[in-house]
Amino acid sequence: MSDSALPLLGGVRDVTIDHAPPRVTSKGTFLETAHSWVVTVDHKKLGIMYIVYSLLFLVVAGIEAMVIRVQLAIPHNTFVSPQVYNRVFTMHGTTMVFFVGMPILIGFANYLIPLMIGARDMAFPRLNAFSFWMSALGGVVLYYSFIGGVGLSNAGSAPDMGWFAYAPLTSKAFSRGHSTDYWTISLLISGVGSIGAAINIIATTICMRCKGMTMFRLPLLAWIYLVQAVLILVAVSPLTAAQIMLMVDRYLGGHFFDTQAGGSAYIWIHFFWIFGHPEVYVLVLPAFAFANEIIPTFSRKAIFGYPAMVAATVAIGFVSLGVWAHHMFTVGMTSVSNAFFTLSTMLVAVPTGIKIFNWVATMWGGKIRFATPMIFSVGFVFQFLLAGLTGIILSVSPVDWQLHNSYFVVAHFHYVLVGGILFMIFAAIYYWFPKMTGRMLDEKLGKIHFWVFLIGFHLTFDFMHIPGFLGMPRHIYTYEPDRGWGPLNMIVTIGAFIQSIGTLIFVYNLVHSYFKGKEAGPDPWDAWTLEWATTSPPPSYNFAVEPVVGSRRPLWDVKHPDDLDSQWE
Amino acid sequence: MSAATPTIPHAHSAASAEPWVMPYKGRVGMYSLILAESAIFIIFVIAYIYYIGRSTYGPQPKDVLEVPILASICLLSSSFTIWLAERALHKRAMGMFSAWWGGTILLGLIFMIYTALEWKKLIYQDGLTVSTNLFGTTYFCLVGLHAFHVIVGLTMLSLVFLFGLMGKLTPNHTERVEVLSLYWHFVDAVWVVVFTVVYIVGR
Repeated sequence: MSDSALPLLGGVRDVTIDHAPPRVTSKGTFLETAHSWVVTVDHKKLGIMYIVYSLLFLVVAGIEAMVIRVQLAIPHNTFVSPQVYNRVFTMHGTTMVFFVGMPILIGFANYLIPLMIGARDMAFPRLNAFSFWMSALGGVVLYYSFIGGVGLSNAGSAPDMGWFAYAPLTSKAFSRGHSTDYWTISLLISGVGSIGAAINIIATTICMRCKGMTMFRLPLLAWIYLVQAVLILVAVSPLTAAQIMLMVDRYLGGHFFDTQAGGSAYIWIHFFWIFGHPEVYVLVLPAFAFANEIIPTFSRKAIFGYPAMVAATVAIGFVSLGVWAHHMFTVGMTSVSNAFFTLSTMLVAVPTGIKIFNWVATMWGGKIRFATPMIFSVGFVFQFLLAGLTGIILSVSPVDWQLHNSYFVVAHFHYVLVGGILFMIFAAIYYWFPKMTGRMLDEKLGKIHFWVFLIGFHLTFDFMHIPGFLGMPRHIYTYEPDRGWGPLNMIVTIGAFIQSIGTLIFVYNLVHSYFKGKEAGPDPWDAWTLEWATTSPPPSYNFAVEPVVGSRRPLWDVKHPDDLDSQWE
Repeated sequence: MSAATPTIPHAHSAASAEPWVMPYKGRVGMYSLILAESAIFIIFVIAYIYYIGRSTYGPQPKDVLEVPILASICLLSSSFTIWLAERALHKRAMGMFSAWWGGTILLGLIFMIYTALEWKKLIYQDGLTVSTNLFGTTYFCLVGLHAFHVIVGLTMLSLVFLFGLMGKLTPNHTERVEVLSLYWHFVDAVWVVVFTVVYIVGR
């Protein structure tokens, strides 16, 4: 094979070059191929399945977002009925968090961590497959709700109580039928999958490192995923516990959230946000992880402040566990609690500020190549900073009393989720697609995708802040014309359409480049971490010889034997 | 695929001179699972504590609950017997291992039988079920969640016991057995919390 792997440290050339079996040209029948994907325990195949499945749900939840935006484009619109509208925004939120964000990020962890730490697979390959299929089953159960109950005409029994499912709305009295049950069961199932995946990530990162890969030579991506996995364990488990309580209430006649029997709706809010806020960091930490790999590669510099990055990540992990009640300033807590959660929330800005400083310092003086992954990363740094600033505004409890549950909040967290996380997911796909498929994504289409999406994003979410200031609450079905929200909402909707055009360009690029893209070779970006040391796509055993590393950038050492990284660390 | 990965002599003797030992992955995985399980139990314990005395009608804890001293002693001492079993396994004394391991299962069973009798009394004599009142809901959920973990633990302990009797258990399995006993210690530690909250603080 001409696209041979790079020699590894110590002069050992990866033996795939000489001894690899001839590439199998006949791929077998469709059924055989499908069967091999269903029964696989290979971390790379599972990772790709996670990513593809999340991208499908991304399109579905994106369509739901478009329904919401069309409904809100003009006052007194009746594009969908109020009942369907409630179901659509609930499904949009639930899908985006649990069946797009979580699985796509876990998918990248699955694909990348073993390759980056020089391992042959995850620590528990069968648990890995189990976790994937549980997550997938959760998504299917959630979407089955559309055809359950009264059927498609009225959007079936899809849940309709908002993605945080506040307590009285989920009780038998207010949620008849099975819409809440679909929501609860699907999150319980996918929660088991997430916990399994997190256990696997922790065990892999700690126990499967190749020789010489000490914890302080670990790629930052693996470090951040380690912290993220711990957060999944301590955040998703409370949600699982709360879902069990909700199931007991609904099916066994329990009284956890039944105020008439002495129960409390308030404690559900606590339990949900004890999950809900660390969940934000579960989603955003992988975005940081991608930035930590992509920005140095395209700035042609090692990451600035590696130990500070690790420390900041761990600090975010800890602080994120003590901020949940900033979602609850309006439920009537004591002023001591309000002050505590205001301060703890502001504290998050310190480690995230360190990270933004380090990314900028990495780019500073670097020889920056503006390839598609890099421009998405630059957009991410800028937008994540803005999203953080509106977060600080909202953390001040008196300001939050004014803005709570308004479109300002919606704009703030979409700025994080779209402007931050989705931009980095795009960057990561442009960056690692060559490794996964052996073909490059089209650069020109990628740049068009970036600019179209960027313009659409800013039209939508910059302007969405303003109706929030003007008092437009979230979750409303429609509004009066005299509020002055109409033109702003129209701009937001136009921006949403531009974003979906950008996404279509991206999907076309994915499909087109998968078949027609130019050959990538093992190391198209001239990068430094171990995944680029093997062929693209990697063989099922990843590395024919287990690599040995001597620094944080093993491939730098291979490419520059006269200037080893280890002497500077 | 193993045919395609021939072992070649190490060219980096300096690096391979020092042994490269990673922690056992099963142990790390079990610690992670225990972390997740602890989070689940913490939520149930918080709910229990928060709801103490808030039940507006029906039986109250002080009317119906009896402190399960004997069952608690059995469960907690099973942590000691499983440790003795592990020690026997390390010394490859398989007979001793089976004896202590079997003793652990027996102690766990006594605990479960006590719980079953307690629940029978609560349900049929005192009329307390999960839907009777808030106390019933929180009590059966917290104690039931723990009992469920005991049952899972007993099932796995019994499997190891059967393998031991069939002679399939070798010193190679020591690490796996240790991982299992880690889980059992966790179940016991949770009982300390549940016991304190339900039978001492809440009564």
